Amino acid sequence: MTSMLRLVDVSKSFVLHNQGGIVLRVLDRLSLEVRAQECVALVGPSGIGKSTILRIAHGNYAPDSGRVIVAADGRATDIAAAPPRRILALRRDTLGHVSQFLRVIPRVPSIEVVAEAARDAGATPAEARARAEAMLARVGIPERLWPLSPTTFSGGEQQRINIARVFVVPYPVLLLDEPTASLDAENRRIVVGLVREARLRGAAILGIFHDPEAREAVATSEIDCTAVLRAA
Amino acid sequence: MTDLPLLTATSLSYAYGRRMACQDVDLEIWPGEVVAIVGESGSGKSTLLGCLSGRLRPDRGHVAYRDRDGAVLDVWAEPEARRRLLMRTDWGMVHQNPRDGLRLRVSAGGNVGERLMAVGARHYGDIRQAAQAWLERVEIDPARVDDLPLAFSGGMQQRLQIARVLVSNPRLVFMDEPTGGLDVSVQARLLDLIRGLSRDLGLSALVVTHDLAVARLLAHRIVVMRGGGIVEHGLTDRVLDDPHHPYTQLLVSSVLPA
Repeated sequence: MTSMLRLVDVSKSFVLHNQGGIVLRVLDRLSLEVRAQECVALVGPSGIGKSTILRIAHGNYAPDSGRVIVAADGRATDIAAAPPRRILALRRDTLGHVSQFLRVIPRVPSIEVVAEAARDAGATPAEARARAEAMLARVGIPERLWPLSPTTFSGGEQQRINIARVFVVPYPVLLLDEPTASLDAENRRIVVGLVREARLRGAAILGIFHDPEAREAVATSEIDCTAVLRAA
Repeated sequence: MTDLPLLTATSLSYAYGRRMACQDVDLEIWPGEVVAIVGESGSGKSTLLGCLSGRLRPDRGHVAYRDRDGAVLDVWAEPEARRRLLMRTDWGMVHQNPRDGLRLRVSAGGNVGERLMAVGARHYGDIRQAAQAWLERVEIDPARVDDLPLAFSGGMQQRLQIARVLVSNPRLVFMDEPTGGLDVSVQARLLDLIRGLSRDLGLSALVVTHDLAVARLLAHRIVVMRGGGIVEHGLTDRVLDDPHHPYTQLLVSSVLPA
C-alpha cells in the first residue's frame, strides 16, 4: 500500500524564553510511516508527546529538524518546509485533524461549521449542506440544534461537531487526537464505525485512542511512545 | 489562491524624524489570503499599514501590486492620481476610528453609495438598493438608510464604514483594529462576513489587531511586529501554538482566558 504520511528523523524541542530559557526536548529523531488503509495508534502515558506528533503532522508545530512528508495527488509535500499556503491547501483536501478543541466563530450555526469543511474541500454549497446534514444525523446531533452555534453545546456535543466536520470530507490522511474522549458508549461506537469506514475506503490514519476498546476496534498497529520518546 | 502574490512589499522603511517606525520590512499577500499583523502599540503596525495602503510614502523600499489584468504596479512610483484611483477601486481601507473613514454630513446610504458611484454606478435606485442590502449584511436596520452617521453609535459607525468599503468589491482591504470598538456579538458576525468574502470571492485582507483571538479565527497567516520589524511570521495556528521568538511567547502567554 502507498505511503501517505511519513515522518523522517523528526526532532522537536520547546524553548521557553520567558521561563529562564528552559528547553523541553520532546522528540528526538522520530521516524514513522502510515500507509493507505492503515490505522496506527500512538500509545503511552499522557504528557509524553503523542499529541505533539499529531500536531507536527498537521503543520501546527514546527519541528527543529527532520521531514514530514504527506502524499497528495501524486505529489509529496514536506510539511516541515512548505509555505503556509501549501499547508492550508493540504488541510482543505488532504489532512483531516480531530483535535480536542473546537474553535469556531461564535454565532455560526453548527450546520454551517460542518458544511464549510466540505465546501473548502471543493463541494458545491448544496452538496456540502446535504453532506453536513447526513453527517450531523450520523453523529446523533438532533436537527433542532443544527441552526445553533456549537459554542453553547455540551462537551460531548462539541466533540461530535469536531468529528462531523472532519468526517464530512473523505480526507486521505486523518490525524485523530482522542476522537472518542468525552463521548458515551453509544457515540463511541458511532465514531469507531466512522474511523473503520475511513480506513476501508483507503485513508491513512494516525491517532491517539485512550479508550482500549476503541483502540482495539480501529488500530491495525501500535507504536509504543514510551520506548520511542524516552530517548529525548 | 494562485501562485503569484497580490501585493509584495520589499525592504519598506519609514522614520518619524530619527525614530525608525518601520525598518526593512518584507511582506507578501496572496489572493484570498487574510494576514494579521499583531504587536504592541508603537511596534510599527499602523505605519506599515500606511506604507502598504498608499497613505504613507515610505522612505525606502517598494510596494508592488498586481492589478486585475495581471500587470504589476510599483505603487509608490505611480502618479498620485493612479494611486488614488487604486485606493478608490481595487483597495479599501477600514480605519480604527470610523469617523476617519466616513463622510459625516452624508447619509448612511450616501456613504455606502459613494463608493459605488466612484466605480461607475449611476442608477439611483440600484445604488440605494445595494446600500440597503449592505446595511443589512452588517446588521444595521435598512430603514436607517437616510440617517446621518453621527446619529449612530460607535459600533454602528464602524459597521457602516465596513459596508462602505466592501460594497464596491475591492480585491484587497486594509483594516486597522476593525473589531476594536464592537460588541462581541457584532464582532463575530463581521469575522464571519470577512472570512466568507475571502473564501467565496477571493478577497485579500491585511488586518492590524491586538486581539489574538480575532487573529486566530480570521487570519491565514500572522506577522508579529516589534520595534519596527517583523520578529516572527507564519501559519496563524503555528505562530500562536508554537511561538519561537521570545516576544511572541510573551504575547501569547499574556492573554487572559475568557
